[in-house]
Amino acid sequence: MSPLSVDSLSLRFGGLDALSEVSLGIPDGALYAVIGPNGAGKTSFFNCLTGYYRPSSGSVRLDDLDITGLGASQVAALGIRRTFQNVRVFPKLSARENVLVGAHLRAGTSFVGTLLGTPGLRRRERALAEEAERWLDYVGLAHQAASLAGALPYGMRKRLEVARALIAEPRILLLDEPAAGVSSVERDELAEVIRKTCQGGVTVMMIEHDVELVMQLATTVAVLDHGQLIAEGGPQQVRNDPRVLAAYLGKRRK
Amino acid sequence: MSVSDSDLEDAVAVDLGATEEGVFRAVSRRRALDVLGRLRLVGPTLVVLVAVAAVFPHLVQTNYVTSVAMQVEIMMCLALGLNFVVGYAGMLDLGFAAFFAIGAYTTGLLSVDLHWPILATIAPAVGVSLVGAIFVGVPTLRLRSDYLAVITLGFGEIIQNIVNNLSQTGGPEGISGIPPLRIGSLVVTSTTGYYEVFLILVVIFLAISSRVRHSRLGRAWLAIREDEDTAQAMGIKVRRYKLYAYMAGSVFGSITGSLYGSAFIAIAPPSFGFSESLLVVMAVAIGGIGSIWGALLGAGVVIAFPELFRQFSDARLLVFGVALVLIMILRPQGIWPETGLGIQRLGGTLRKVARRVARKPQQHRDA
Ligand SMILES: Nc1ncnc2c1ncn2[C@@H]1O[C@H](COP(=O)(O)OP(=O)(O)OP(=O)(O)O)[C@@H](O)[C@H]1O
Ligand SMILES: [Mg+2]
Repeated sequence: MSPLSVDSLSLRFGGLDALSEVSLGIPDGALYAVIGPNGAGKTSFFNCLTGYYRPSSGSVRLDDLDITGLGASQVAALGIRRTFQNVRVFPKLSARENVLVGAHLRAGTSFVGTLLGTPGLRRRERALAEEAERWLDYVGLAHQAASLAGALPYGMRKRLEVARALIAEPRILLLDEPAAGVSSVERDELAEVIRKTCQGGVTVMMIEHDVELVMQLATTVAVLDHGQLIAEGGPQQVRNDPRVLAAYLGKRRK
Repeated sequence: MSVSDSDLEDAVAVDLGATEEGVFRAVSRRRALDVLGRLRLVGPTLVVLVAVAAVFPHLVQTNYVTSVAMQVEIMMCLALGLNFVVGYAGMLDLGFAAFFAIGAYTTGLLSVDLHWPILATIAPAVGVSLVGAIFVGVPTLRLRSDYLAVITLGFGEIIQNIVNNLSQTGGPEGISGIPPLRIGSLVVTSTTGYYEVFLILVVIFLAISSRVRHSRLGRAWLAIREDEDTAQAMGIKVRRYKLYAYMAGSVFGSITGSLYGSAFIAIAPPSFGFSESLLVVMAVAIGGIGSIWGALLGAGVVIAFPELFRQFSDARLLVFGVALVLIMILRPQGIWPETGLGIQRLGGTLRKVARRVARKPQQHRDA
């Protein structure tokens, strides 16, 4: 069963085909890696799935729902959460508050309750704050809860983004190059976090250049090149696919 | 002594910057002691501050100083209102005086022409300004900040022009003979009386601002200010929340305007022009964008400075301008920024004192 399926998705920027006729289905509970050379269209693909780009043609479906062309906040409300390749935390908020913002749709909504500080709302806020701490702990940032997100080192900001996405209890989590630019120790911790998350029932899609990480974690790998899906399958199968080798080698020779 | 969680939350809500609201997770004993210290200090500090402010007119005993202080309070109310828009949600609004005008004129018209009591005019004043906020906000809030600045500036000008040209609003002469504020059997007539009324308003606005800041609403606003696109990935409906910020600001602005009309008996268009809007923006910016304490300080600066420089007569605006530029150069983050030195230093000082206070009983036990 594919909760998330993409049908002949295309995206054009002027004369450039960032994505052409990409069709694939992400199985429930998969750890689905998307790889490909620089500029292959991986981030654009994620942007189409999460409402940041509107595809030129084709469709994206979540279960039986056509979510093509929905806005980013609507997609988020459906339980699809993401991180960004160029880390995007809210710099002047503390790490804890960054995570709390991720819980926006789960937080108490009563405006009157907010003004009066009603016990019910306080209880919810406190429970949420404690949960935020737990998610910070989950990604190894418990000690940084009060730090300003903008002051954290790069690797920590990346992990903070993961915690911020997870507190929303997403069905599907999209990670755009989670391991890029992080130390090898952090990378191993991150791999563990991703594995745990997937085992916890979240379907994970991950763009990643780190081949080792992909081989280690992924259940399925899709390869994009020049906006086209050139291979899809198990990690070993994709690794030995001649077209994949050609795409990478061809790139390197240029 | 036992401390209930709600007490802690109060302390947290009040002691905004110093704590990052982390205190109620008292991880270590020292942390817990800090909290006790804060509870003892922050609450009383505020109470003392407000008490001093309340008796201030009786201490100075000059009408002039009290009247300037009241104008500072009015500016504080406006700055707290604009803080929702500029400080929290990060949208530049150059026409905030429009809501101030709507409040003042609604109250003026209803109380003078229809003899409504002042208190009864506040709700319609808020209603009219909300309609104005929605009317301007819905089609324009999708725009990025610089366009929005131009639109809001236009809105401010339009409102001022309307009241200046309509005969119903008294044209350039405005409205006079606005009756005093009555609360039950109490009739507020003196400057000192209005000073106290606006003090209460400042305290209420302050409490609301700080509560909202640490709610889902406040976090959504700040997320939008920090990074609008990323905020959407959190499920935040950006345009709707921007409108909420604009509406919240208009509520504070119009309530302040209502009471302003009653305090000054007469209102006229020049009080509600671009320079007034700009003054409120300066109050928020000088104090430190997004910081409620900064907004209060900034209000003090933009009202008190020109008064202090009265001896320079014609040159006082020039001196004021130079002073503003100096502040911007020396403290570009604002006098009392939301995050950063100002608050950290205050937090550090509080913590030190708190530790000292908290340590005392321990020493007794050890001895
Ligand atoms: N908003 C945009 N406007 C115009 N062109 C764009 C836009 N976004 C992406 N592109 C182009 O689409 C192509 C695919 O870009 P994309 O960022 O999706 O690649 P990628 O596979 O994520 O690469 P990388 O590994 O470097 O992150 C590139 O040629 C890029 O320049
Ligand atoms: Mg990319």
